[in-house]
Amino acid sequence: MIIQVCIGSSCHLKGSHDIVELMQSAIEEHHLQEDVTLCGSFCIGKCNRIGVTIQVDDEIHVGVTKETFKDFFAEHVLQRINNERN
Amino acid sequence: MRKFDTKVQHLKYKVLREVARHAWNDTLLQNVMDLPHMIIPGKIPTMRCCVYKERAILGKRVKMAMGGDRNNPNVIQVIDIACDECPGAGYEVTDSCRGCIAHRCEDVCKRGAISFDHNHVAHIDKSKCVECGKCAQVCPYAAIIDRKRPCQIACKVKAISIDEEKSAAKIDNDKCIQCGACVYQCPFGAITDKSFILDAIDLIKNSKENTEYKVYALVAPSISSQFSYAKLGQVVAGLKHLGFHTVIEAALGADMVAQAESRELAEKGFLTSSCCPAFVQYIKSSFPDLLPLVSHNLSPMATLAQHIKKIDETAKIVFVGPCTAKKAEAQLDSVKDLVDVVITFEELQALFDSRDFDITTLEEEVLDNASYYGRIFARSGGLSDAVAEGLLEQGIEFDLKPAVCNGIEECRMALLKKSKNVLQENFIEGMACVGGCIGGAGCLTHGTKDLAEVDKYGREAFEKSINDAVSMLK
Repeated sequence: MIIQVCIGSSCHLKGSHDIVELMQSAIEEHHLQEDVTLCGSFCIGKCNRIGVTIQVDDEIHVGVTKETFKDFFAEHVLQRINNERN
Repeated sequence: MRKFDTKVQHLKYKVLREVARHAWNDTLLQNVMDLPHMIIPGKIPTMRCCVYKERAILGKRVKMAMGGDRNNPNVIQVIDIACDECPGAGYEVTDSCRGCIAHRCEDVCKRGAISFDHNHVAHIDKSKCVECGKCAQVCPYAAIIDRKRPCQIACKVKAISIDEEKSAAKIDNDKCIQCGACVYQCPFGAITDKSFILDAIDLIKNSKENTEYKVYALVAPSISSQFSYAKLGQVVAGLKHLGFHTVIEAALGADMVAQAESRELAEKGFLTSSCCPAFVQYIKSSFPDLLPLVSHNLSPMATLAQHIKKIDETAKIVFVGPCTAKKAEAQLDSVKDLVDVVITFEELQALFDSRDFDITTLEEEVLDNASYYGRIFARSGGLSDAVAEGLLEQGIEFDLKPAVCNGIEECRMALLKKSKNVLQENFIEGMACVGGCIGGAGCLTHGTKDLAEVDKYGREAFEKSINDAVSMLK
């Protein structure tokens, strides 16, 4: 699975730095280093006023914030990996 | 508000704008021969002896706007017929000479080159004069002047001479460093930089609104001192309006370079910077023995372009900056696959206006990728500050002694000292333009406030340290 966190200007100012850190620690916590490739991307073209854009493989999720990160990670990362494993 | 420093720039801009306008509409080929008449209508000349000469020169400017002479590898070119053959005779007595009786000029001249006519007016015998300038210094009426051509004064690397056959300035391509000083200084606009706006327009058009591939605009941090009639966020919005997918600060590349360069410096003990392509070219042409001491880092422009192409393999990169030498850098073997097109701020203004929109009416967009240190690369001294910070942040113990060289003459002095092994400092920050990139020839305007603007823009960066800015990339 490839996760790209947008680090373009708009997302950067909405905290992509924090999201990258949260993502790194979440991946470590769940021992997903083998399953997930984390990288940055420049603007995906979905800038919004709420939060950061994250692309998980081909799916684009917008408006992720520090507060919603945990839910996002559970739903779009953990669940997908579990589905793939089953 | 005034957009340019000089009318020469304005003329060049008008040509670029019209060429671009037709290029967007696919009508350039049908109209290219009519452009001179369109830009200079009527019968009354405003710049030269007659409108026909004006139009003939304009035809050449159109060619430069379309990429210039493909057989000449230099991105800086002379438009022969535009050169006004400025007098370059050296020391001459003007009619301010009052024919005084003191004759200080005669007394001070060790060569006996000065004589007097029946009106007691001084004359200089050119076969004896050695251009020492003493006579000019002592004349109480300042009647003796040094006539030099502005292009030759501007060119500190002495690449410009006069082609006697063509009676026009000639550039020695082996010595030229593409800094563009002559381009900015020639009062007749007879030396100019090739423009690659057509390539930029093609990239944007063929991207089919960024669906075939994405076109990224990398903007140099000196942009903070430019387009002062609008907000920076509006310039960013303008770039997107032109059709760029997104805008990224080249200063992020500067952050990456600062980090790598400080490590390289500590490892090797001595370095010269490699950010300024004109400075690097100068070392290549005039101090080849010092080449191994040049930092192995790519420039910030190329470093960031490389990074973007790693993330997005089909990305196309257009660098927008103040620099004519970057156009040459983008043609180097090591850079040509990374950066697709280089345009200047002058050319960006022409592109905006070729689409007939006013950036001051656009809603501001954000631009924030780099730290304070990456952003201050735009001014002399910024690079050294950033390397010092890079050492500090990475906990590297190294006693940095920078030689901050502001302009190519200072660069020459430092390199000369280094070649004789008498340079005290251990890092040469070389910037070919006085003031740093904000003094670049491709800037719309050059002003005393530019330096403060860059620092202000630096302080506005969201990321305060180089580490913060660069850590995002991993």
